[in-house]
Amino acid sequence: MGRAEEQLAFENLACVADVWKAVCQGKSLPENVLCAVNMEYARADTPVGDGDEVAFFPPVTGG
Amino acid sequence: MLIEVRGDPFDPLAELSRYRETSVPAERVGALAVFVGTMRDYNEGSSVRKMTLEHYPGMTERQLRSIVDEARSRWPFDDALVIHRVGELLPADPIVLVAVWSSHRGTAFDACRHILEALKHRAPFWKKETLEQGERWVETNTGGYAPAFPPSP
Repeated sequence: MGRAEEQLAFENLACVADVWKAVCQGKSLPENVLCAVNMEYARADTPVGDGDEVAFFPPVTGG
Repeated sequence: MLIEVRGDPFDPLAELSRYRETSVPAERVGALAVFVGTMRDYNEGSSVRKMTLEHYPGMTERQLRSIVDEARSRWPFDDALVIHRVGELLPADPIVLVAVWSSHRGTAFDACRHILEALKHRAPFWKKETLEQGERWVETNTGGYAPAFPPSP
């Protein structure tokens, strides 16, 4: 996606996968992309609502 | 229990002794297991000059806390100290310190190992390597074991 942070206003976003589609020109969420809602790991079908912070990121490599 | 993400270089042994003096019930513990991860100057066949560690502020601390709590519910240790670097690192710089104090060695070793492995898979940190030429993102963790020595001729 190439973006660190963005405020989005959308209608009819039910789940994490919908958010991805909305910001990536309708593309589906790739399987190797990790997702979080409000800083907890989430899945493609995790519901999202008003004010939620949704994050997408690549596999983590700390330590 | 102390969990910190640091933007500046740190000395793991100094951190350990400082934390031990102020926070750990020394008379009760019989074991201290320590892991220190440091930066190698090579990875996957290339020389690495520098590494930049990024993270997701807020989520990182939250994940680290949940990993330590989860380990403590499984292995009832007395105390733990976790420090992880972000920012620019040079070869030999400490990246991560995991220390676990417990009444017994098995609890200390197992909890320390678990915290480290869970951190590598769940804490949102990412590494970018600066090579002799160019940069690359590290895409996967290593298996964690050094390759076997080649057989003697």
